[in-house]
Amino acid sequence: MSPAVEVLVRTVAVLAAFLVLPLLVGQTEHKVMAHMQGRLGPMYAGGFHGWAQLVADGVKFAQKEDVTPAAADRPVFRLAPAVGLVPYLVALAAVPLSPGLVGADAPASAVLVLAATAVGILGTLMAGWASANKYSLLGAMRAAAQLLSYELPLVLAVASVCLAAGSLSLTAIAGAWSPWWLLWQLPGAFVFLVAAVAELQRPPFDMPVADSELVFGAYTEYTGLRFAFFLLAEYAGIVLMSLLFAVLYLGGWKGPLSGDLGWLWTLLKGFVVSVLVIWMRVAWPRLREDQLQRLAWLGLVPLALLQLALTGVWVVATA
Amino acid sequence: MTEAAKGSRAAGIPGLVRGLAATARTLARPTHTSEYPDAPPSLPPRSRGVIALLAENCTSCMLCARECPDWCIYIDSHKETVPATTPGGRDRQRNVLDRFAIDFSLCMYCGICVEVCPFDALFWSPEFEYAELDIRELLHERDRLGQWMATVPPPPALDERSADPAEVSALGKPARAPRAPRQAAAEEGQA
Repeated sequence: MSPAVEVLVRTVAVLAAFLVLPLLVGQTEHKVMAHMQGRLGPMYAGGFHGWAQLVADGVKFAQKEDVTPAAADRPVFRLAPAVGLVPYLVALAAVPLSPGLVGADAPASAVLVLAATAVGILGTLMAGWASANKYSLLGAMRAAAQLLSYELPLVLAVASVCLAAGSLSLTAIAGAWSPWWLLWQLPGAFVFLVAAVAELQRPPFDMPVADSELVFGAYTEYTGLRFAFFLLAEYAGIVLMSLLFAVLYLGGWKGPLSGDLGWLWTLLKGFVVSVLVIWMRVAWPRLREDQLQRLAWLGLVPLALLQLALTGVWVVATA
Repeated sequence: MTEAAKGSRAAGIPGLVRGLAATARTLARPTHTSEYPDAPPSLPPRSRGVIALLAENCTSCMLCARECPDWCIYIDSHKETVPATTPGGRDRQRNVLDRFAIDFSLCMYCGICVEVCPFDALFWSPEFEYAELDIRELLHERDRLGQWMATVPPPPALDERSADPAEVSALGKPARAPRAPRQAAAEEGQA
């Protein structure tokens, strides 16, 4: 296969995964959340238990008018959804499903993924600033503060795993993984999960889009397809963080019968993690802004540092 | 830190676990959703869906129209003369119903008309699917009101140990003796 064709195939495959997996998670959220609340959820679209609900939603969003507020900073306002969405696409390309199945096998893919996801927040900031709406701006500021607080424990938790594996490559990290890590890296896994949910601005950390206070935060003024892009970015973020959790802490493609079907294990583990993320949304109320900061700086950062020290000591002791 | 704040912090983790458990339990149970258009709803007895008219019982007495709080009942009638049935008798007059209409855009479903009708011409029906796109189409005439009679449920059974209904207790009473003919009574008076 010539390099150009290979690049094309890989790009199309990543794009397809980027468009399909978030829809799967979104549909799962529709149904799981509904049943957790004693409801049925969508039942009509597509015939069987509303499986095509999100496709129908997409068609609806595409038909809606694309409104740009008169006072908005037009170029920034119109560019923001792309800035929010594309980093997740870039990051998803670097996450391996199995040693051979990865969009772009970067040598330091752990760093690449973390850096790319951190860019995504810029889209929210741009959207909030350019909307010329005080609620949007407040939401964007909250999002920025939240990102600043939670990026640190997230990076520290990943650093601990990288230290344990002795590599910055996600493929090598999952390759070095052994079941003993489940206990050894447990505090780090907890920190990573909480910080990831906070970075995605998912409940219980959804103050930036707190509908009762800020309407819909930075996304208040958006309509139509641009709004849909922000929603897609949220669910793509869930997919990305869940897969990352599966690769870093759950051993990715390792499992029984993982010869050629290792990628299924990664997807399955990632799916379980995303169900957990959905479950947290249904079960828990939203934190207050100060509680959020307190949790990050007094809870997660010390815990992540402790994990880092534990990993370092163990690696040095056994080396 | 106050005692209450300490208590709430101690309740933090168990509270989170309880939240997860509650949602998981609900997930495992059947849902409460009633799939209305696909499955008929189970309405409680004596549901007030629509008012049905048994036009044969209506005497055009206008009680319902006059008691209606928002005047949503329209009745037109005329009088017809019924010729005497016996020679030398008197012609009788009776009301004939020309129009009976209820405007359900005004009706507030108080049921006063049903209560006040002395001849059992109005009934509650549980039928509720008569929405219209134009509010003016909610004015329903007597033929439509009559069609809803088919959906009126039988009256609910009486409570245990309640008194017999008047129709039943009347059966147990001795029949009235027939009144003596008027002519004979007059003769007796002369005698």
